[in-house]
Amino acid sequence: MPTQKQYSIAQLEKKANEIRQDIITMLLEAKSGHSAGPLGMADIFTALYFKVLKHDPKNPEWEDRDRLILSNGHICPVRYAAMAHAGYFKKEELMTLRKFGSRLQGHPERARLPGMETTSGPLGSGLSQASGMAYAGKYLDKKDWRVFCLMSDGEQECGQTWEAAMFAAKNRLDNLVAIIDRNNIQIDGFTEDVMPLEDLKAKYEAFNWHVLEIDGHNMEEIIDACNQAKAIHQKPTLILAHTIPGKGVSFMENDFKWHGTPPGVSDMPGEPAKDEQAKIALKELRTLQGKISSEHE
Amino acid sequence: MVNPQAYLSEKLFSPDIEKVPTRNGYGEGLVLSGEKNKNVVVLCADLSESTRSEYFQKKFPERFIEVGVAEQNMASLASGMALAGKIPFISSYATFSPGRNNEQIRTTIAINNVNVKIGGAHAGISVGPDGATHQALEDMALMRVMPNMRVISPCDALEAKKATIAAAEIEGPVYLRFARAGTPLFTTEKTPFHFGKAEVFWIGNDVTIVASGPLAYEALLAVSLLEKEGVSAEVINNHTVKPLDKETILASLRKTKALVTVEEHQVAGGMGSSVLEMLAQNFQVPAEMVGIQDRFGESGTPEELLNEFKLSHPFIMEAVKKVLRRKKT
Ligand SMILES: Cc1ncc(C[n+]2csc(CCOP(=O)(O)OP(=O)(O)O)c2C)c(N)n1
Ligand SMILES: [Mg+2]
Repeated sequence: MPTQKQYSIAQLEKKANEIRQDIITMLLEAKSGHSAGPLGMADIFTALYFKVLKHDPKNPEWEDRDRLILSNGHICPVRYAAMAHAGYFKKEELMTLRKFGSRLQGHPERARLPGMETTSGPLGSGLSQASGMAYAGKYLDKKDWRVFCLMSDGEQECGQTWEAAMFAAKNRLDNLVAIIDRNNIQIDGFTEDVMPLEDLKAKYEAFNWHVLEIDGHNMEEIIDACNQAKAIHQKPTLILAHTIPGKGVSFMENDFKWHGTPPGVSDMPGEPAKDEQAKIALKELRTLQGKISSEHE
Repeated sequence: MVNPQAYLSEKLFSPDIEKVPTRNGYGEGLVLSGEKNKNVVVLCADLSESTRSEYFQKKFPERFIEVGVAEQNMASLASGMALAGKIPFISSYATFSPGRNNEQIRTTIAINNVNVKIGGAHAGISVGPDGATHQALEDMALMRVMPNMRVISPCDALEAKKATIAAAEIEGPVYLRFARAGTPLFTTEKTPFHFGKAEVFWIGNDVTIVASGPLAYEALLAVSLLEKEGVSAEVINNHTVKPLDKETILASLRKTKALVTVEEHQVAGGMGSSVLEMLAQNFQVPAEMVGIQDRFGESGTPEELLNEFKLSHPFIMEAVKKVLRRKKT
């Protein structure tokens, strides 16, 4: 059985930073796609692929693997980058994102890329699929692989998310861990302006889920929460991960304009000129927003 | 030859013809309808910029309703508002509305027969890099088989504006289909637009091309090139997919006795199918269908995809030649 190599927290943080840089380079090359969500979820994807998940990049269909369902498919650049780093495919392929003939479709397609698990993009159906898998694993096949489902906060506005939440609790799917990217933005603005979601924790608790709240950029908290979830019996676990959309790139952080805009295609008021955007973003990532003077690779 | 009564753009085949997405015409039409009638309201599911309903939001913030990512709720909220005397337009991408919320549209809008208009943006393969999940290729099929529903697929941004205004004035449910990418603005303010009435854009004798949506422009490019090869083709811009303008289409086919249909949609169940269903019961001619052949879309530029899926003018020319060979034998 393949096991995860032992990475230190510092190594994982460095990996997440490299993945962020890849996201910028991929989006710049693709000339379309989403910036904010992928940058905000780089730490969580790094923790999952390099610490938490039981998986085998050389055998993506391995029967006993943990399943990772990405419900909010538009943030797929971060998953593609993490998969490349984990060894599912060569990093050069990242540059084909969103291009004709690519396995890295604008929104992920299961049949094209081994390891993708499912097709998504249209929001709100991931938790249902994850619950279906978890039900099959726990009750029908009695296997001990686990199911992780990543969702966005915008998706909490979809009725289907709550239909799935009820099903998972009714069926005591303790092999299911949902992670919400609580970054407070969606397309038309901040979630609490578009459609208020709070109190999200209390809502899931009322639906009979076990809820853990974490800083989604704190590697230790992410890993601890995933481990804690294993000890929760008879309930599905929700990890409510507070994140900063656009994390690591100052002009993208906490700004919903960057939801679906890549660097390098549009001049926007108050933002760096389009030709400068990727350069500034990459420099900020390399220097941890100026905190270190010598850029590291 | 071009039909002078169609008043098409003087820049029709000029390389610098302006390109505008049809969804812009939706936004403009919403504003004009809102000015005419204060019962017009617009609902949107977290896509106000890309569906262009933000044009209306800026002008009439008190009549713009943001529902969040909740297309099913949006359809039935609109039904409720229509039952309370409003004229709601619901805006999203076509894959989600009328895709995801199809049953809510069926029961609460179509069976109820209430005055809700459905604006579906990002229809067709030319959506581009977003890929299959975001390219609506079945939306006209979903909508045209629904009793009480009307379906309009405008050919450019100007026609989209006229269609949106017309939809506000029709009593009952209407589906309006829009594209993401910029496409040639080849009609003019003077080009006739009447709901339910197809327009002859190019007059010819050998074959009739019935097209709808922005591909109508590709059909015109095809016939202008075919004319140089001695083929005389007629082009009908069939913006109203339902109810179908039987008279105009039959009159042309009684003359040409060969048909090519053109649409950015699955050939199964789409605009071409509706023409062929009508012909099967009235008047039979050999036909070729240009459209999506039972495939999902994928990422790429609009141009790459129009070629990959065989929808651009060279493929329309091929279909014309093929149907002419069949007509002779
Ligand atoms: C069913 C559905 N409706 C609408 C959309 C269009 N859409 C794509 S992303 C998005 C915003 C949702 O907010 P969130 O996922 O929180 O965005 P992020 O935080 O990644 O910027 C919307 C409405 C969609 N993909 N699916
Ligand atoms: Mg969000």
